[in-house]
Amino acid sequence: MVEIDGLSKLLKEHPFFADWSDDYRDLLAGCAANHRFDANDYIAREGQPADKFFLVRHGTVVLEYPVPGREPVLLETLHEGGVFGWSWMIAPYRWAFDARATELVRAVSMDATCLRGKCDADHTLGYELFRQFIPIMARRLEATRLRLLDVYGSTR
Amino acid sequence: MTATAENRAAAVAPADPMVPRPFRIVRRQRELSDTFTMELTAEDGQPFDFRPGQFNMLYAFGAGVSAISISGEKSSGRLLHTVRAVGTVTDRLQALRKGDVVGLRGPFGRPWPVDRARRRDVLIIAGGIGLAPLRPAIHHVLANRGDYGRVLILYGARTPDDILFPKDLKAWRSRFDVFVDVTVDRAAPGWAGKIGVVPDLIERAAFSAEDATAMVCGPEVMMLFTVRALLRAGMAEEDVYVSMERNMKCAVGFCGHCQFGGRFVCKDGPVFAYTDIAHHMTVREL
Ligand SMILES: Cc1cc2nc3c(=O)[nH]c(=O)nc-3n(C[C@H](O)[C@H](O)[C@H](O)COP(=O)(O)OP(=O)(O)OC[C@H]3O[C@@H](n4cnc5c(N)ncnc54)[C@H](O)[C@@H]3O)c2cc1C
Ligand code: FES
Repeated sequence: MVEIDGLSKLLKEHPFFADWSDDYRDLLAGCAANHRFDANDYIAREGQPADKFFLVRHGTVVLEYPVPGREPVLLETLHEGGVFGWSWMIAPYRWAFDARATELVRAVSMDATCLRGKCDADHTLGYELFRQFIPIMARRLEATRLRLLDVYGSTR
Repeated sequence: MTATAENRAAAVAPADPMVPRPFRIVRRQRELSDTFTMELTAEDGQPFDFRPGQFNMLYAFGAGVSAISISGEKSSGRLLHTVRAVGTVTDRLQALRKGDVVGLRGPFGRPWPVDRARRRDVLIIAGGIGLAPLRPAIHHVLANRGDYGRVLILYGARTPDDILFPKDLKAWRSRFDVFVDVTVDRAAPGWAGKIGVVPDLIERAAFSAEDATAMVCGPEVMMLFTVRALLRAGMAEEDVYVSMERNMKCAVGFCGHCQFGGRFVCKDGPVFAYTDIAHHMTVREL
């Protein structure tokens, strides 16, 4: 119980869950786990089962795509207050990229099986969770489009 | 500056605004592969007064004329212009060397609202070469640091090698009273900084949205996405200023080349409150 209280507090401190009701936050704290990663630790690997998503509390995580025989392509960085890993919501539930800590990272993970179970039992909770994720996904898509436009590129 | 003082500054122009004055290049510095800064002094020795955000018409004799913002001033009164070579005139300017002479008309245009921003949080947001027209505003705010609330400089570039004024960014970052955040669109392994777009920086920035002034300069699409992020963060349209670019000829409101909706970028801008141009910024083919 003490551990759940501590995790619930960590969730409250993160922008993703900051505005949630205490009841739901306490309920979801049951799916949460606290992590610490050192620089260059891999948090997730492309193709592996996406059994959790992560809330970054401290430090920088780089999302990168491995290219055989070449250096990985760096996709974007995430920082304190960031969220990554929505593959847990979308079949076949596999990570679409590598996630690597570039420095000491503190993060909270949310277990996918546990979350799915709670969302199946309480559809309002599931709706809230999706409602929270969709704007983040939309903004990430917008940022990707902006980068595709290559606005700083040469005009000739 | 009050609105009246800003209007006055906009009106400052030489006696005959169509006659270029000769300025000598006393120093030329390469900034990026296609971008350089020229340090200019007036051949006639007359002082040159300008407000942050104003621009000059620079003549590369024999090639033509381009609008170029003033990117700074040395204490010796030398004017800085930072130019990206993109075509006929700017290529010719790039080929000039120390000792060569250019023609200059100006300063023109409405400046950044550095006076209106007093006692408020200030967000200076630049993309690519857009940092150049904002640098005088940064100098002004830092020289009068006590007059402002939180000061944030958010900057985005294409790659780490395209970051303009890295020494300045480092110096500003080393101050305790300024928050500087830089991101790049893409980077190779080894880059320890951020990868992402400028609107992402806004989401993470700490400022008081209802009591802040934002000054934004960069490619038009970048400015649009940035303004959206600022409005999403709670800022009012009238507190967000952008600097527009249009092809220019006279720079004094005669020729109509720079028309933008019902306004002229040369004399009503280049700095506009977003409220005044929001409609036109999202219209195609203006
Ligand atoms: C108020 C103002 C301030 C400016 N400040 C700076 C500055 O500080 N530094 C700087 O490097 N440039 C600045 N510019 C842009 C600069 O004026 C143009 O890049 C330059 O006039 C291009 O001329 P050119 O003969 O070299 O290129 P051109 O041969 O005329 O054109 C080359 C390419 O650039 C594009 N282009 C031309 N003019 C513009 C323009 N005004 N805006 C966007 N694209 C253009 C053309 O469509 C073409 O694709 C500013 C423009 C304005 C209006
Ligand atoms: S450049 Fe001639 S009216 Fe603006």
